[in-house]
Amino acid sequence: MDGEELTAQQTALYDRQIRVWGVDAQKRLSKAQILVSGLNGTSVEFCKNIVLAGVGSLTLMDDRLVTEDALQANFLIPRDETVYSGRSLSELCCESLRDFNPMVRVLAEKGDLAQCEMEFLDKFDVVVVTGCSLKTKIEINEKCRKRAKRIAFYAIECRDSCGEIFVDLQNYTYAQKKSDGTAECHLSYPSLEDAILIPWRNLPRKVSKLYFAMRVIEKFELSEGRNPGELSNFDLPAVLKQRKELCDAQSLNESHVPETLLERILVAGPMLYPPVCPILGGILGQEVIKAISGKGDPLKNFFYFDAADGKGVIEDISNPSSI
Amino acid sequence: MDSDSKTEAIKRAKVLMVGAGGIGCELLKTLALSGFQDIHIIDMDTIEVSNLNRQFLFRQSHVGQSKAKVARDVVLRFMPRICITPYHANVKDPEFNVDFFKKFNVILNGLDNLDARRHVNRLCLAAEVPLVESGTTGFLGQVTVHIKGRTECYECQPKPTPKTYPVCTITSTPSKFVHCIVWAKDLLFAKLFGDRNQENDLFVHTGDGSDSVKPTDDIFERGLDEVPVQYGRKIYDHVFGYNIEVALANEETWKNRRRPRPIFLGDVLPEKLILQNGNLEKNCLTEDLSLSAMSSLGLNNPQEIWSLAENSRLFLEALRLFIERRGKDIGSLTFDKDDQLAIEFVTAAANIRASSFGIPLHSLFDAKGIAGNIVHAVATTNAIIAGLIVIEAIKVLEADFQNCRMTYCLEHPCQKMLLMPVEPFEANKSCYVCSETPLLLEVNTQTSTLRDFVDKIVKNKLGMSFPLIMQGAILIFEGGDDLEEDIAANYALNLDKVLTALPAPVTSGSMLTVEDLQQELSCHINIKHRSLLMLASETFSTCNVASSKLQEGGV
Repeated sequence: MDGEELTAQQTALYDRQIRVWGVDAQKRLSKAQILVSGLNGTSVEFCKNIVLAGVGSLTLMDDRLVTEDALQANFLIPRDETVYSGRSLSELCCESLRDFNPMVRVLAEKGDLAQCEMEFLDKFDVVVVTGCSLKTKIEINEKCRKRAKRIAFYAIECRDSCGEIFVDLQNYTYAQKKSDGTAECHLSYPSLEDAILIPWRNLPRKVSKLYFAMRVIEKFELSEGRNPGELSNFDLPAVLKQRKELCDAQSLNESHVPETLLERILVAGPMLYPPVCPILGGILGQEVIKAISGKGDPLKNFFYFDAADGKGVIEDISNPSSI
Repeated sequence: MDSDSKTEAIKRAKVLMVGAGGIGCELLKTLALSGFQDIHIIDMDTIEVSNLNRQFLFRQSHVGQSKAKVARDVVLRFMPRICITPYHANVKDPEFNVDFFKKFNVILNGLDNLDARRHVNRLCLAAEVPLVESGTTGFLGQVTVHIKGRTECYECQPKPTPKTYPVCTITSTPSKFVHCIVWAKDLLFAKLFGDRNQENDLFVHTGDGSDSVKPTDDIFERGLDEVPVQYGRKIYDHVFGYNIEVALANEETWKNRRRPRPIFLGDVLPEKLILQNGNLEKNCLTEDLSLSAMSSLGLNNPQEIWSLAENSRLFLEALRLFIERRGKDIGSLTFDKDDQLAIEFVTAAANIRASSFGIPLHSLFDAKGIAGNIVHAVATTNAIIAGLIVIEAIKVLEADFQNCRMTYCLEHPCQKMLLMPVEPFEANKSCYVCSETPLLLEVNTQTSTLRDFVDKIVKNKLGMSFPLIMQGAILIFEGGDDLEEDIAANYALNLDKVLTALPAPVTSGSMLTVEDLQQELSCHINIKHRSLLMLASETFSTCNVASSKLQEGGV
């Protein structure tokens, strides 16, 4: 790759990872501009990973004031009210993350990404959203797709001990490693809206039950106007009703969306199972590094993890004919 | 178990983390966030610059300080109300004995070497404390659970030789031949023939953070009128002579280590031979990977261990052939084990370095076998593995043993999975560590010395630190620093005797008991004499612990 060489400081700090992914990948990383909207246990893990990896800049958006709940699974903010009281999540996380790697510009941006001007997105190569409604995710995803430059879009959500990552790299070309050298490989990703519109009967066999559970919960939150995770086990009857409606409409047996799984998510509400955060944040970090560096097969297009069975599964939910 | 009793189990737990490095930093943070209140952490290392890209608790200003202590301080800043006890010490220190291990509900390993992992495994077995073991290499990683009586122990399956080494061991303080190989291949070879822009640790010395390193880079530029032999001599004298002299100046490094010997070409080869080297006969092979310095020097047997002088000639000749015959490759070469000339160069360089550090030399055949890759770690894999460790640790604390899993973190999906859980394996009934099954050692008792037995079998293969060796009730050998002088002298006398000549002769059919009191490990070894085997010194090679059989030679 052409362009400036890495500085001596960069090569010293990144020595170990350059040995893993090479100098070219490191150079691309150091020019990448990342936006994260929504700060929670999972997204701060991701932030830590890419700041350590040495991206060009990381911009954080989350104007919420710090509360006891927001501190959950967040290691960037000291448990000290005199420090965090009255300050926003993005501001506090920004301060801590800067410390992790002085070579990365970490910025806090005020405002709501869903309301931002389209041009604002042009500053970024990667946009990660979490902790917002399905509607907002779809809107931001669509905005990213409308820009002239390709902006990689990721949505990540954690519920109890389960997690979901959605990836949209639009039309993505990379050098795929083969036993006899490399071959150019093209992947075509659907938008979030198109992906979840794919009829359930057209989905791959044995698709993760979490895919259905997340759609049911999402739909319930949307119809009730709830914030993500604003749930409790009192919602179970209504959620089961939602499940029945969805399953009937999609001609899917309700057993594919186990009640125990839904109940688990409802009982946890906004609480995350902390060890799941580094797992989801780690996978997302790896995917973003792959997408920026053009090295390695990227995930297409959903990833699921559930601590209950310990499986971390990739689901390809894209219907070529429908895109 | 409901979530309240889970929270309670976590709160009550006392856990020991071994290692505060790549996995350790992630693990300590995740334990703290998960509600653990009483965490002990052992690590003997201090923080280095090259740690900072993934060991996120550490900053530039912490370089040189104890990893365990800094990790504690930094985590307490965001979680001030928990208790973290750091130990800046080696887990093999006697203070961390079985009684110490018994104080914990679970042990969590984030180690980087086989030796310490085996040691912790044995203490966990002796103390009957569950162990959650982990490791990462690049994008790969795994977490395994070891519970005495329920699963296999860490040593039930033979482990491949570790493939990664601390950089300072490679650059400054090699103690094994493989360290010399890694130096020759990844540093010297890469510097001379690879991409010059790649960062290279060739001249990094521990305890010397200054940039006094850079100017020496020019030494590798070949002057226009510099003939290959002159150039080769310059490189030789620089890396094997001058650099060792520089390293020797740092007295601190050699306090508890054997001092290396600088080697200059003029001391090894007569002037005439240096100039004639390789010009004796023309190498008429075409330019390809079969170009060989050995054959042009008349060194024909790759199984043979060549002398320092022979290795020095091989070094010069391989370098000459690269320059004269493969000049177009220089600057873009990467080490390839199928590249004959590259293997020859690396073998020669590794052997000269080994000679300098008093490490036994090896044949080209062996050197080729040893040449492996350094694979380094990245933050993301360590984070994922730390999350998986905590998930398993919590299951152990809840006594939810049937749901414990070994998990593999993969680079490419397998059956759609990037994280693949597998049920833990059952214990290997003939594992010499967690079962009572005796081992069988086939050895030439008339040529093998007690020293061979102690160093190569007991310490190296069985991983014991301070062994005690008995035949019946008779004590044959005892290791350790606290022995009486006359007793130690007595053992020293025995060390160089062959097994059959010991005061209590060890012959075919003898049974030896080998114990390590600190590890509380004891095993029996049945001796079988095999006279057809070659001289013992270099031939203890394979040890198949899975079949409980230690074999000698056999190639």
